[in-house]
Amino acid sequence: MNRSFIARNPSVLIFLSLLAFFTLGVTVLSEGFGVGLVSTSFVKTLGKTLCLCLIAIAMDLIWGYTGILSLGHFAFFGLGGYMIGMWLMYERTRQIVEGALSEGVLPPTPEEVQAAIGNQIFGVVGSSEFPLIWAVADSLVLQLALVILVPGVLALVFGWLAFRSRVTGVYLSILTQAMTLGLSLYLFQNASGLRGNNGLSGLQNLPGVTAPQSVVSLWFFWASALALGLGYLLVAWVVSGKFGSVIRGIRDNEARVRFLGYSVETYKLAVFTLTACISGIAGALYYPQAGIINPAEVAPIASIYLAVWVAIGGRGRLYGAVIGTAFVSLVSSWFTGGQAPDVPLGFYTIRWVDWWLVLLGLSFVLITLYAPRGIGGLFDLVGRIRKETGE
Amino acid sequence: MSTLLEVSGVTVSFDGFRAINNLSFQIGPAEMRAVIGPNGAGKTTFMDIVTGKTKPDDGYVIWGDKSVSLVGMSEAKIAQAGIGRKFQKPTVFEEQTVQENLLMALRKDRSPIAVLFFKPSADDLSRVAELATEIGLHDALERVSGELSHGQKQWLEIGMLLAQEPKLLLVDEPAAGMTPAEREKTTAILVKAAKTRAVVVVEHDMEFVRRLNCKVTVLHEGSVLAEGSLDHVTKNQDVIDVYLGR
Repeated sequence: MNRSFIARNPSVLIFLSLLAFFTLGVTVLSEGFGVGLVSTSFVKTLGKTLCLCLIAIAMDLIWGYTGILSLGHFAFFGLGGYMIGMWLMYERTRQIVEGALSEGVLPPTPEEVQAAIGNQIFGVVGSSEFPLIWAVADSLVLQLALVILVPGVLALVFGWLAFRSRVTGVYLSILTQAMTLGLSLYLFQNASGLRGNNGLSGLQNLPGVTAPQSVVSLWFFWASALALGLGYLLVAWVVSGKFGSVIRGIRDNEARVRFLGYSVETYKLAVFTLTACISGIAGALYYPQAGIINPAEVAPIASIYLAVWVAIGGRGRLYGAVIGTAFVSLVSSWFTGGQAPDVPLGFYTIRWVDWWLVLLGLSFVLITLYAPRGIGGLFDLVGRIRKETGE
Repeated sequence: MSTLLEVSGVTVSFDGFRAINNLSFQIGPAEMRAVIGPNGAGKTTFMDIVTGKTKPDDGYVIWGDKSVSLVGMSEAKIAQAGIGRKFQKPTVFEEQTVQENLLMALRKDRSPIAVLFFKPSADDLSRVAELATEIGLHDALERVSGELSHGQKQWLEIGMLLAQEPKLLLVDEPAAGMTPAEREKTTAILVKAAKTRAVVVVEHDMEFVRRLNCKVTVLHEGSVLAEGSLDHVTKNQDVIDVYLGR
């Protein structure tokens, strides 16, 4: 990172300033630290949206810049969420259990505490044994490392197998869908060790923290904004130099890059793995704000939505991915939250809860056909008009 | 004269069709060679084999002073070993500037980490400017290469090949679709390049081959039919029968 990188990419500075301004604005208007105009639940919605913008940047790097349409990045997002969720759930349950047991006559043995925690967490799936994958759930540091490592290693292995066999285009998209579907189906099983379809819950409660949700929600909002800012900076830097040249070359003509002497598979694998790690971090920040994670979160449709957001915002430019994601996901929660007024047509009433998906699908098709640059393309238009009138 | 590339007894079939049949071919370190032949003679498949895109069923491809076998090496490794290839259709990265295209091709460490932290030095930039002058694009460095004319794109691609500093250049129909003036310039660039390295030009156009003024290899049905000067091969009865006579 140096001055010339920022100087060459003014949009990065503009984006970071807007993000900082937005974060400050929400804080001032919040219930936790401000005048209370923005409700705590809406702060959470905004914080979650920032996390979705972060994974959208990752999606833009892999799809918009490298040309690999991955339809499985929500698997990495979900895994990040599960990894942090394991620590949150374990630690909080331990505190509750220890509190309860200490009221007894005899102090509890460690074995008793462990059994009681197991019973609390795994009772819903008819078990009380800790599965092996919970081995380090008592360590925040290790679980945080797993937030990056688990998605990273999965992407590395999956990507190595797929790219080495030169699977490209729609076949790769289908494989990534299969990956996320497979993960989802596996997690639905009680035997997966992650509570099956119950998922992990109560994640909004931080162990050992007595601050109210109005304050905790802001902590996560700030963390999400910081992560988005850093992620944006990192990805903008990655795509700005020669590395960006090479991956855009791979997108436009893979064979040519190969004959220039670049190992295309290694580059694809590097980008795939990096974006998986970013997605994991985004997920780890998202689910404590959502409060619950379950296997439905990594269903194939989630990753398809991600592609739709990036396409609507305009792929191949990072701010496009952010705008598309923020816009579509916020509008989506407005329509599906029942706030949008129904449209009575006399013979039929359009209920947006049902019809929102039709609207979204239609706009996706229209944008793909008539405005392939998406919302971000409007900035080009403005720039061109300004240039023409200026001359 | 020593040999830079030696292809011997190479055979490759696609679904039973023998595209290359017991082909043998040699070229020295600073030599220009034209490869001609009718459609389907195996010219492009020959290039695919040398550059690692197609694996031969049989035979050897031996490269360089150390006599390395190229069979089974990846395209990227072969390119790094010093073989550059120009495609029939001009394939430059159209969304990137001429400078970006040339910088990407410049002979440098190709590993992702090295590329990620790469900063062009003053030397690199002057080398790019030098190459651009050589291919007549010094005024177009900042232009997006998609805006260039067909001929300019062809030259940019040749410039990218030169930037790779290959020991062997494989050029597929460089003059296709060019104006006479553009052809002349292309000839000059290739002839100059052949002073310091081997250049193999695959071409349909006899007039262009004549201008290159070099040894000619005639391919037919996947093997060498004749080899020698253009005058020599055009007098060969077999060549007249299968190619020129039509």
